[in-house]
Amino acid sequence: MLREIKWVDLEPLAIGAGILGTGGGGNPYLGKLQLRELLKQKGKQDVIAPDDLADEALTMVVGSIGAPTVGIEKLPEGTEMKRAIRALEKHLGQRFDAVAIAEIGGSNSINPLIAGVQLGIPTVDSDGMGRAFPEIQMSSFSFNGGIPVTPLAMADCRFAEVIVPKAADEFWAERIARNLATSMGARSGLAGVVMTGRQLKDHGVHYTLSLAHALGCRVLAGRDANEDIPTIVAEVLAGEVLLRGKVVDVFRRTTRGFARGWVKIDDFAERERLQIEFQNEYLIATINDEVRVTVPDMICIIEDETGEPVPTELLRFGTRVAVLAVPGAAQLKTEAGLQVVGPRAFGYDVDFQALPGGVVGERPPVAQHM
Amino acid sequence: MRIGIDVGGTNTDIVLMEGREVRAWYKTPTTADVTAGIINSLRHIIDEVSLDPASLDGVMIGTTHFTNAVVERRHLQETACLRLGLPATVCLPPMVDWPDDLRDVVGNHYFLAHGGHEFDGRVISPFDESEIRGIAEQIRDRGISAVAISSVFSPVNTEFEVRAGEIVADVIPDANVTLSSEIGRIGLLERENAAIMNGCLRTLALRTIAGFRAALEQMAIEAPFFISQNDGTLMNAEFAADYPVLTFASGPTNSMRGAAFLSGLRDAIVVDVGGTTTDIGVLQQGFPRVAALAVDIGGVRTNFRMPDTYNIGLGGGSLVQSEPIAVGPRSVGYEITDRALIFGGEEMTASDVMVATGKVDIGDRSRVTQITADFAQNVEGHMLEMVTNAVDRMKTSATPVPVIVVGGGSILLQEEIPGSSEMLKPPHFAVANAIGAAIAQVGGECDRIFSLEGSTRDEVLDQAKDEARQRAIAAGATSDSIEIVDVEEVPLAYLPGNAIRIAVKAVGDLEGA
Repeated sequence: MLREIKWVDLEPLAIGAGILGTGGGGNPYLGKLQLRELLKQKGKQDVIAPDDLADEALTMVVGSIGAPTVGIEKLPEGTEMKRAIRALEKHLGQRFDAVAIAEIGGSNSINPLIAGVQLGIPTVDSDGMGRAFPEIQMSSFSFNGGIPVTPLAMADCRFAEVIVPKAADEFWAERIARNLATSMGARSGLAGVVMTGRQLKDHGVHYTLSLAHALGCRVLAGRDANEDIPTIVAEVLAGEVLLRGKVVDVFRRTTRGFARGWVKIDDFAERERLQIEFQNEYLIATINDEVRVTVPDMICIIEDETGEPVPTELLRFGTRVAVLAVPGAAQLKTEAGLQVVGPRAFGYDVDFQALPGGVVGERPPVAQHM
Repeated sequence: MRIGIDVGGTNTDIVLMEGREVRAWYKTPTTADVTAGIINSLRHIIDEVSLDPASLDGVMIGTTHFTNAVVERRHLQETACLRLGLPATVCLPPMVDWPDDLRDVVGNHYFLAHGGHEFDGRVISPFDESEIRGIAEQIRDRGISAVAISSVFSPVNTEFEVRAGEIVADVIPDANVTLSSEIGRIGLLERENAAIMNGCLRTLALRTIAGFRAALEQMAIEAPFFISQNDGTLMNAEFAADYPVLTFASGPTNSMRGAAFLSGLRDAIVVDVGGTTTDIGVLQQGFPRVAALAVDIGGVRTNFRMPDTYNIGLGGGSLVQSEPIAVGPRSVGYEITDRALIFGGEEMTASDVMVATGKVDIGDRSRVTQITADFAQNVEGHMLEMVTNAVDRMKTSATPVPVIVVGGGSILLQEEIPGSSEMLKPPHFAVANAIGAAIAQVGGECDRIFSLEGSTRDEVLDQAKDEARQRAIAAGATSDSIEIVDVEEVPLAYLPGNAIRIAVKAVGDLEGA
């Protein structure tokens, strides 16, 4: 298991988190850069296993909220998330013991490490999704744990702080936070989903930081040794290679902030056609019209040769890819979970068909370091 | 008449064009003294067609000189970067992601100041004149004259960069100031990177442009001369001396524009086969499709509108291996005329194999008789597959599209590429680059965020188009020739209140050409 993150760990972590991003989760470039600079100064960020967190410990999730297009221009002051956490502490009259991860997939795996280094508290090796989803309440913390997003705190680059003690529901919390973010200049740090160590242990998807890191390490080592990367990824994630082939068609449209569409992939022998429906993330996979993978199980697309994750925005005709079917975390497959992140919740008229087995959320076998 | 010159790393190509007709062309190795090489090739062309230099309307030069200077870390001057945006942006200072060796060469001089704008035009923090003056004095005291200035959201509002530039020029009388808003678009680090690279190239640019000018004067050419930019349009020589960074990637753009011109096609795939690599790009309405991702130059991330090219290690000089069959990426490159079998060398190159197939007749055929017909056929099939896969990757749909093959190594492609509707090898394909420079137009761009509060989408679109048009006219385009060639709209989905990012590109013919 991962005990710490140093700057050399960032490349494997980004690759692993990218693959677990199942097509979404955002580009981690700027976050990775900020964390790299912090780790060059401070050496490392401690990672704590969920088991090692006391039941009465206090934790929360942290991230950045705003428009990605603004984010590439107005770079953060750098301590927005830290200050949001401090403001939340002041509101609660309690100190946090650790930072948890909202989603391991994509760029949000990096923010809790940045805030953790700055506050000098560890990042918990656990997240709410074990993958990526577009909305904060699509999380085991929310649908299994019933943990509200509020109270939440936000902070901007001008050192303003805002507390939202309470909202009618998660929908209103999201709406209020978005509007606050806009008046703050479309880029703020946000901390919320306050929970105890016990709640996190009960509802988190555990060891996902370790898993992302180990996965990235195996991919990088496999590249050096000229191994077959899709086989390695399938092995690490206890999934199967569904199909290897070429992207033959992509359709996308943007509605209500979601990148929706589908992609068709033919196997190299052109005998089978795989179609994947996506809404920010890859959600449903069918081969020759037979449904094979359904959300919250995971559909991961990687470049066939390098294992580099292929997000939806980079899907292009001719790209040679491997598509993996990976069993999603058990926490997402509860009755409450399927109501929020099952196929019907995304508007597909199919039932969830669980893939057997799975390692996401399970204790990883051995620690791996580069 | 126009002259187009492409000063590449290996060859200097020159063409003389009258209207749409190529009157003469010449290829010569690039010399260490760029000026001498240009004089040499100009003299050749002038002698060949007994050209009266007074009949020239313009000379267009494409050059990789400035890109190579950054890649090789040569001839760069120390440059200071002043960024306005405090308290935002502190955690990622200028040059944070540069390779160490390049950052050292440029000096890692950076200064953060208050200023900057929000996406909607509000001020991040007020501009502080005395703060800027203090920084300018520090820069002066370090003996630095090249200064790059960036300000958050300067593509939306240039005011702070302009004011800071005036103060710097006031404090440092011989300052070379580059404003990021004049060379880049949204994306602070990338735009700032380009501004700093531009700063460190200014002295080299002055010298190089002066060298070009001297070459033309020596040949009694009085026509105006222009330099090609990365987007396939031209800038005049004075402008180029101030903005050398805008020449980055003009090579592939010129070659694709040349291919479009030579073939008469506006929508096609261009396969440019060189000595070591093959570059595949896509023409859309006569212009190269631009890359969606950030492009690295010399290890530095930029967000220029670079042509979206895909490169494979296959060229005329690629080394061929048997058991199993493999071609490239190792290549004899420009030494092909000494080291390939057909030219008396000892290495089996891709060109040797093509001669062995009997489909190509160059060099000494008798030197490849030991290559069996079977083997040659297999290697040819392998190369065709490499190109087919790369072409597939660049296509946007399964529909067959025309493929234009250019470049010195295009003898490697003798069979139709599967997935293409036709394959063209236009005449003068070997100098497509110089032709692309000769036919280039001038352009203008507008890329910023507009608010839709109080105006309709059509109104802001018109406003953006008009800004791009005005910039094209400022660059020398005749107003009646201007066409809008690209409009890109990006709704800022995560922002309530209607903000939209619009990028428009306009191009037009150069006055008098």
